[in-house]
Amino acid sequence: MAKTLFEKIWNRHIVEDFDDGTTLLYIDRHLVHEVTSPQAFEGLRLAGRAVRRPELTFATMDHNVPTTADRDTIRDPVSKAQMDALAVNCEDFGVQLYGLGHDRQGIVHIIGPDLGITLPGLTMVCGDSHTSTHGAFGTLAFGIGTSEVEHVLAAQTLRQKKPPTFRVTFTGSLCEGATAKDMVLKLIGMIGAAGGTGYVIEYSGDAIRDLSMEGRMTVCNMTIEAGARAGMIAPDEKTFEFISRIERPFAPRGAELERAIADWRTLPTDEGAEFDRELEIDASQIAPQVTWGTNPGMVIDVTGSIPNPEDVPGCTPGDVQKALDYMGLESGKAITDIPVDTVFIGSCTNARMEDLRRAAKILEGRKVANSVRLLVVPGSAEIRREAEEEGLDKVFTEAGAEWRFAGCSMCLGMNPDQLKPRERCASTSNRNFEGRQGKGGRTHLVSPEMAAVAAVEGHFVDIRDWMKE
Amino acid sequence: MDPFQKFRGVIAPLQRSNVDTDQIIPKQFLKSVKRTGFGESLFFDWRFLADGNPDPDFVLSRDAFRTAEILVAGNNFGCGSSREHAVWAVMQFGFKCVIAPSRGEGLERVPGFADIFCNNSVKNGLLTIELSEAEVDSIFEVVTASPGSEATVDLESQTVTIHGDTDLVLSFEIDGASKETLVKGLDEIALTLQSDPQITAFEKSHQTYLP
Repeated sequence: MAKTLFEKIWNRHIVEDFDDGTTLLYIDRHLVHEVTSPQAFEGLRLAGRAVRRPELTFATMDHNVPTTADRDTIRDPVSKAQMDALAVNCEDFGVQLYGLGHDRQGIVHIIGPDLGITLPGLTMVCGDSHTSTHGAFGTLAFGIGTSEVEHVLAAQTLRQKKPPTFRVTFTGSLCEGATAKDMVLKLIGMIGAAGGTGYVIEYSGDAIRDLSMEGRMTVCNMTIEAGARAGMIAPDEKTFEFISRIERPFAPRGAELERAIADWRTLPTDEGAEFDRELEIDASQIAPQVTWGTNPGMVIDVTGSIPNPEDVPGCTPGDVQKALDYMGLESGKAITDIPVDTVFIGSCTNARMEDLRRAAKILEGRKVANSVRLLVVPGSAEIRREAEEEGLDKVFTEAGAEWRFAGCSMCLGMNPDQLKPRERCASTSNRNFEGRQGKGGRTHLVSPEMAAVAAVEGHFVDIRDWMKE
Repeated sequence: MDPFQKFRGVIAPLQRSNVDTDQIIPKQFLKSVKRTGFGESLFFDWRFLADGNPDPDFVLSRDAFRTAEILVAGNNFGCGSSREHAVWAVMQFGFKCVIAPSRGEGLERVPGFADIFCNNSVKNGLLTIELSEAEVDSIFEVVTASPGSEATVDLESQTVTIHGDTDLVLSFEIDGASKETLVKGLDEIALTLQSDPQITAFEKSHQTYLP
């Protein structure tokens, strides 16, 4: 019978099917960071349990880490205690750690693919909702809570109910100025912030095939913002090229890689396989997107204006009004009339080389508007080095940006990088929730290009018009 | 984990949809390495003013709801990050159950709760109950008319009884596995480790592509 990519991977990982409808699913890779793991390791200690497969478990520090040059001195003692706890836990349980100061430290969802930890056909989890990122490789990857982190540490498996499948096909080609970020924001706007809840989404279509691996990661990364369990894209030559291109310490090499690729070629969804739900989106009609509210489903074309509370499908007028009050916006205001105070280029959504290159292309030879603070935070120490080799750091600093060290930074502001109350930010991150980037801070999610151009102009701009000038 | 037992408690209404985990427990409280101490920070940004005093307008600051054990909210409750701290905060404040409405039907049905929040709840003994929008609206009506109203939550019979002049009995669905975990207070890890021989056998032939 014809099978989907998801079903093929699911079937390969069934350890046991139980009578209650759940499955014990084997987990091939477990990524760990400092925030959601300490209680899990403590649970193991209390129960006298070991980590079953420490060699399949990889840890990094990303959420709390400062991104300034003096980052080795952690001033917040609570953050320091959490980072120290991860170091001790990794030492005690034999887990590989890419901690602060390690030359491969970085955001967990960026170092996974970069180190070759993320590979097609695998199951992968992390105590972090943006684990969906890794689905870009044809990996079944999803976020879990701390109890499940402990479960995977102890048993290298998870008890799961088989999720339904949802295929989203992006037909046609993106127009100049529209990006992977705009594709996924458009989708979330169409189906709503809970529109994909529980599903595993497979992205397909020409516009997905046309994306680089970085772009595919951006799309899969934000799948969780539609509530979906996982996002996946079938592996293809681009995937194999990414894995083969440079030294990735945990990826197979030589004959082993050849064998793996032959296997991975069997993964894509079979012709005629059925999905529980399907949606087709014409990519050529996608304009650059800007969120205006307090969840990623509250999003509109850059050419649009702030909607009336009665006119937002899937939201009650009361909820929309609360969002507008929080955002300090009124119905009818054009998106391009909204000024920004801060621009954040970074996060597991958009802090890879391609993102930095695209932002740098816009900033080259230009200056950030006087009223704007621009933070550029590379996703990993490796990306920081690569960007510096290409001279991107100079482009950013000469434009007036702050060039930082790797971490989650202002995506969630667990470290000192935060918005002040009422500060308005154009952000390449993934969540525009109230207070996400700092209490009272106002977040507008956009692509790296749209963020960079907003930094230059001091307000949102339709990058398509701007490129013509 | 303690078994989930039938109880009668005060209902607190939170009339908002898409209550995300950043609101349930803001990031600054995620730095703790413990599983306890989160209740006092539940809904911190909504509950407390800039000067640190409780916001008297927020529902949980009102006398009628301080001892509430049942939270009723809008749909897609718990969306956002995977932080289990959100479930810990809800429970440690004193809630034993959260009720939220699903919306729409068929493929476009929007669930009451976000996926990861739901999973995390079961692991900790927090019951999430999904009702229809009309049913949740009727609870909001009762509680608005009479703050401090109580309900009895019975997982065994899968009913919520809203107590008032006349009792309103609402039935809910729950999958068998989650119900058993909650009713028996099962330790899922211990349960899985009973499958250790199967896991070991699986590992012998399973390819993980690790060099």
